[in-house]
Amino acid sequence: MVPLSWYLIFAAALFSIGLFGVLSRRNAVAILLGIELMLNAVNINLAAFWRYGDVTRMAGQVFAIIVFAVAAAEVAVGLALVISVYRRRNTVVADEIDMMKW
Amino acid sequence: MTTETLLWLIPLPPVLAFFLIVLFTNRSKALSHSVGVGAAFLSWLMSMVVFVRALGVEHLGEHPFESSINWLPTGDTWLRIGVLLDPTTAAILFFVALTIFMIFLYSVGYHNFGQPKGDHDHKGLPPHGATVDEHGHTHVVPSVEPMYSRFFAFLGLFAFGMYVLVLSDNLLTFFVGWEIMGLCSYLLIGFWYAKPSARDAAVKAFMTTRIGDVFMLLGIAYLYSVTGTLTFREIFTEDVLHTLASVPSGFLGFSAAGLIGLLLFIGTVGKSAQFPLHVWLPDAMEGPTPVSAMIHAATMVSAGVYAVVRMFPLISLDAGTMSIVAFIGAFTAIFAATIAVAQNDIKRVLAYSTISQLGFMIAALGIGAYVAAVFHLITHAFFKALLFLGSGSVIHGMEHGVLHTGNHHVDPQDMYNMGGLRRKMPITFWTFLIGGFALSGFPLITAGFWSKDEILADAWGHHHYAVFIVLAIAAFLTAFYTMRQITLTFLGEPRTKEAEHAQETPWTMTVPLIILSIFAVGYGWVGIPEHFPVLGGLVPNWIHEFVGGTLAEHPEAVEFNWTPLLTSLFVALGGLGLGYAVYRDVNSVAQDRFQIPLLKNKYYFDEAYNYLFVKPAYWFAENVVYKLMDQGLIDGILHIFGPVTDRIGAFIRNNFDLPVINRFFGDGSADVTYGLGERMRFVQTGRIQQYLMFALVTFIVVGAALYFFLLA
Repeated sequence: MVPLSWYLIFAAALFSIGLFGVLSRRNAVAILLGIELMLNAVNINLAAFWRYGDVTRMAGQVFAIIVFAVAAAEVAVGLALVISVYRRRNTVVADEIDMMKW
Repeated sequence: MTTETLLWLIPLPPVLAFFLIVLFTNRSKALSHSVGVGAAFLSWLMSMVVFVRALGVEHLGEHPFESSINWLPTGDTWLRIGVLLDPTTAAILFFVALTIFMIFLYSVGYHNFGQPKGDHDHKGLPPHGATVDEHGHTHVVPSVEPMYSRFFAFLGLFAFGMYVLVLSDNLLTFFVGWEIMGLCSYLLIGFWYAKPSARDAAVKAFMTTRIGDVFMLLGIAYLYSVTGTLTFREIFTEDVLHTLASVPSGFLGFSAAGLIGLLLFIGTVGKSAQFPLHVWLPDAMEGPTPVSAMIHAATMVSAGVYAVVRMFPLISLDAGTMSIVAFIGAFTAIFAATIAVAQNDIKRVLAYSTISQLGFMIAALGIGAYVAAVFHLITHAFFKALLFLGSGSVIHGMEHGVLHTGNHHVDPQDMYNMGGLRRKMPITFWTFLIGGFALSGFPLITAGFWSKDEILADAWGHHHYAVFIVLAIAAFLTAFYTMRQITLTFLGEPRTKEAEHAQETPWTMTVPLIILSIFAVGYGWVGIPEHFPVLGGLVPNWIHEFVGGTLAEHPEAVEFNWTPLLTSLFVALGGLGLGYAVYRDVNSVAQDRFQIPLLKNKYYFDEAYNYLFVKPAYWFAENVVYKLMDQGLIDGILHIFGPVTDRIGAFIRNNFDLPVINRFFGDGSADVTYGLGERMRFVQTGRIQQYLMFALVTFIVVGAALYFFLLA
């Protein structure tokens, strides 16, 4: 069996890739994609800890499913916001959406 | 390779093709379609091998090919994933694999592979044609589809969904395949997404089928909670079925089996476009024609019927559920057939005819005619795929004429713009004629006759006279509108210049037509009832023996009776004859006596649903969510803070600032705060990513400090 640390390293790598995407991509949709990667990295951790712990206690698995549900809702709202912004300002570049500055 | 291994492998090539095309080959059209068609061919080949092996097994129904592995751990039990090949699956796999392969091949020609790029084609719109220079003069030829590769990718994913659904041995993966197809139907119906009508149709198809899917998921969840398993062969054991039939569900006196059956059936109603969720299917004609063939003949709508076929042992436990199934099916059959009579768009006629024929199958299942339903499902898939591809060929030929004359106001799908195409497009004409006659149930030679006759015979033999009469009338209407379609499209003289300049389509389109037309005729011969006069017994009734073996109790063949036979002879020939007699001399819409507004407008179902569901949803969103909640409640609360803060500020200013601070301290502190703010405000750039960056850096610094001071 693959040791637990592999999963954790993989999840950490995935999380970092997602974080890098969130911080560096200009496109708001790509930023949302990055957030998805980060959420799924967490899911991998949850599932891995569940699998290597007491298998009959399903908190990790259930929590991962809750994260799925939240992520789906988040994407629905996020994309709706991106579309709404695009309609008003004709851009999806995050840097250009800066109405809230000084 | 063992048969089980092959079963596992069958769904894979199309999904691999999907990823290959999306990730690597999408820039090259030739490479993409080679990958797509190649994958469809591989799956077809494996399916045929599996099918032939299945034929050689005695009592396949009791000992099917099966294999499964643990898939999803749920606590200390597992949900399993696996494949199952019983006789019904084998028969279904045969037509699914063949039609999918034909549709892939046909798509190459349909999307004008090898033609030049369009003059001003744009992604998301059908190609408009390209001007080419030839022999010193210019003319317009069809241009290649701009999103050619994408089409094959989607088609591959669709095929994957269907294979998964057909081969799966449990309801969970069945549902996964079901949903993959739901997604792909959305993507493919909306393939030309720059057309608003296509977008709307895609959303409509997705939303309507979704209603059914939600109920189906409920049914699956309920089934799991009662039996603790979703594997077909575990559910269809005597004990489990007995439990299901005896546990009351607490809903209108249904047993658990009845309620589960009903919920699963609602899924079918959505997917197979049965009344009242039939509205999406005609609109789905907005997609490219191969998609129509794929969705409405080979895969998606068949999947709905297949769901009932698959769950038949469970659904047939409850007589109440069966009556509902039979009623919905029979009603849909006649209801859609009447609408088809008044449609002028060549594809819409076929769309309503599909709904009607699916109604035949559902009605057959509802009266317990399991084998007849499967038989009709298979023959229908062949001749309806043939008809759809044929209509695509007609449209393609007409588009040729449109490009030739340059008059883009002529709708190449309107049958009243056609006429006389038999001379221009002979192959399309003959194959379409075969398909149309099969659909009408032309006696003895076509497959449609044998399958439809078997449904009618079953209905008569088991004393379901109401169903029998309704289906007989629907069959009559079917023959009538089919002949109307053939007459208007192919017979007579060309009614427009465009029809005069129509052209036969390339071999990639005509070869699938020819192959499918062979099956549209020949497949009927494997199901000739044994006691049929003269012909009976010449060829063994393979379909009854083979497919019937799936059920635990081998169904009895119905006694031969002259009444249903004469009825089906009469309705087929009468309908065809009447159709030809009425439409022989009709030259324009004005002369068509069946353009009844009620039928033409599909009984105003779209309008009714618009008023009942769409408008109220908009009203709710506008008035309740937006005005009441957003503007009223949330903004209202926020707007309270403004004035309240203002008041508090004024109070403090008057009672503290002015009398105390200003008198004793002066403006020093205010100046400092102001100056600080002036310099610091540039931190607020309004750029979300910079904020995140600050947060991240702070987190790392603070985290490092905490780690360093507290833990190290």
